[in-house]
Amino acid sequence: MSALIETKDLKKYFKVSNGYLHAVDGVNIAIDEGKTLGVVGESGCGKSTLGRAVLRLHEPTSGEIYYKGENIMAYDKAKMRELRREMQIIFQDPYSSINPRMSVQEIIAEPLIINKMFKTRAEVFDRVAELMDTVGLAERLSGAYPHELDGGRRQRIGVARALSLNPKFIVCDEPVSALDVSIQAQILNLLMDLQDELGLTYMFITHDLSVVKHISTEIAVMYLGMCIERAPSKELFKNPKHPYTRALLSAIPIPNVEMRNKKIEVIKGEVTSPVNPKPGCRFAPRCPHATEACTAETPEFREISPGHFCACPFAQ
Amino acid sequence: MSNAAAAKTQSRKKSKKNSQLKEVWRRFRKNKSAMVGLVILVIFALAAIFADLIVPYERAIEQNGSVRLQGPSSEHWFGTDAFGRDTFARIIHGSRVSLSIGFAAVGISLIIGGFLGAAAGYYGGRTDNIIMRIMDVFTCVPGILLALAIVAALGSSMTNLLIAITIANIPGFVRLVRSSILTVVENDFIEAARSYGAKDFRIIVKYILPNAMGPIIVQATMGIAGMILSASGLSYMGMGIQPPRPEWGAMLSEAKDYMRTAPYLLLFPGFAILISALCFNLVGDGLRDALDPKLKD
Repeated sequence: MSALIETKDLKKYFKVSNGYLHAVDGVNIAIDEGKTLGVVGESGCGKSTLGRAVLRLHEPTSGEIYYKGENIMAYDKAKMRELRREMQIIFQDPYSSINPRMSVQEIIAEPLIINKMFKTRAEVFDRVAELMDTVGLAERLSGAYPHELDGGRRQRIGVARALSLNPKFIVCDEPVSALDVSIQAQILNLLMDLQDELGLTYMFITHDLSVVKHISTEIAVMYLGMCIERAPSKELFKNPKHPYTRALLSAIPIPNVEMRNKKIEVIKGEVTSPVNPKPGCRFAPRCPHATEACTAETPEFREISPGHFCACPFAQ
Repeated sequence: MSNAAAAKTQSRKKSKKNSQLKEVWRRFRKNKSAMVGLVILVIFALAAIFADLIVPYERAIEQNGSVRLQGPSSEHWFGTDAFGRDTFARIIHGSRVSLSIGFAAVGISLIIGGFLGAAAGYYGGRTDNIIMRIMDVFTCVPGILLALAIVAALGSSMTNLLIAITIANIPGFVRLVRSSILTVVENDFIEAARSYGAKDFRIIVKYILPNAMGPIIVQATMGIAGMILSASGLSYMGMGIQPPRPEWGAMLSEAKDYMRTAPYLLLFPGFAILISALCFNLVGDGLRDALDPKLKD
């Protein structure tokens, strides 16, 4: 099956005063149409940057991005603008991601007006009303301003806005981490319903493992800008190969008294700096199984079983 | 959607643009002090426009040695100056020069400074550096000296005075607009706008400026008073409005020689500047609040 979106050796470095910060360093991902790739990793590992780089909101330093088999890195500004209709993003913080000076319907109408999707204003606002209905926003809120709404409703605006152009692919950049738990569930269910209805493809960025398990078909684990393990969701939870993934999964609290004495694999040390990283496995300084070979050269990201990729040389 | 419903939405949407202005006006009207300021400014503006109908220009410039330095009376409401000119007439006619200089100078420097500052703050990097370093060159010369030099080079006339004051004030606006924009640019909604293909101009005008407006409006309204004063300063040095044409600042500086014997000469033009500056500030504050949807009602 050919993927809807695929990256090859995608890199995004930020120039900082003492060198280059390797935010995304050679990531290969592929997402099939109608599927969800969950991207997990701790804060600062480059998840959000990866999401933005895929959309070219942050211009990647190097690498290739294929959308429907075409390399979009070769697209110019105008062509990219066309393509943006098909690729949208939902942001993490519903408080800063919508313009406080616009009313709800204006916010949702903006993409439609900018991309001249309809000829008349009436058509635009009919579409807005339809979108508000889709995401579960009451019609009476159309003239309200964002500050009058709670986080969940604001995030619904963000979802409606992302949907307005009928995209095929949506990057969800931690869309629920700023919301409280009951509302998280609402938004997640909304996103999954929309996926069923509209056949959307998601790249779902989060650091919340229970969320990612709930929504993803495939999961990619990132550590310091690199994708270290990628596997179908069930496989990854059942059979984690990379030591970092194992530590990550063992840290999920389990609501069971019997499990109280279960040993948690705590990783030692701290995340090393992403500025001018040393060659070799990024996780090696904290890895209990690391050998000299690990720090000598960057381990290959290889397929250890069908569909299961891992960047640890010891993974079987 | 049924026809009736479609018609309903259509009529609702059509009135939208109007109603937004109406909404701003409604909120502005609720602010009592801003309304007082606005009313006084309108009176000042009308006085400036219809100055000739209120009191003939001759009374403001004709010298009459027999009535010099008289206190306020029914004949000369605000008294007369050292040349026997009627102070009331001079203030009314002076408002033409003072108010239009204040308004025009702020307006022009706000537009130019606004766009330069917006470009510097939004694009950052090299654009920012080039614009801001040029502004640094301007700021390292004191404003009044810069204006003085410009008028001296171009010759003294009202237009040149205006150009001089405007140029001297642009760097301040550029700095202010740039810094308020820097705080807005970080928000995700700017990136969101880019993600659905908004062009830079639209992002600046519809997303950034409305959110950065508060301090800019305050600075602009305060600036009007400042610009009236710098125009006066230049007039005083003979680089601005040429006598005998009346101008508030010039009147002030003439009056200070008679401060002990005829304090009213100082008082009236001083009050004129004070009240107009205060009213501009009140209106500016009201406008800022009325434009902010967060402060609804």
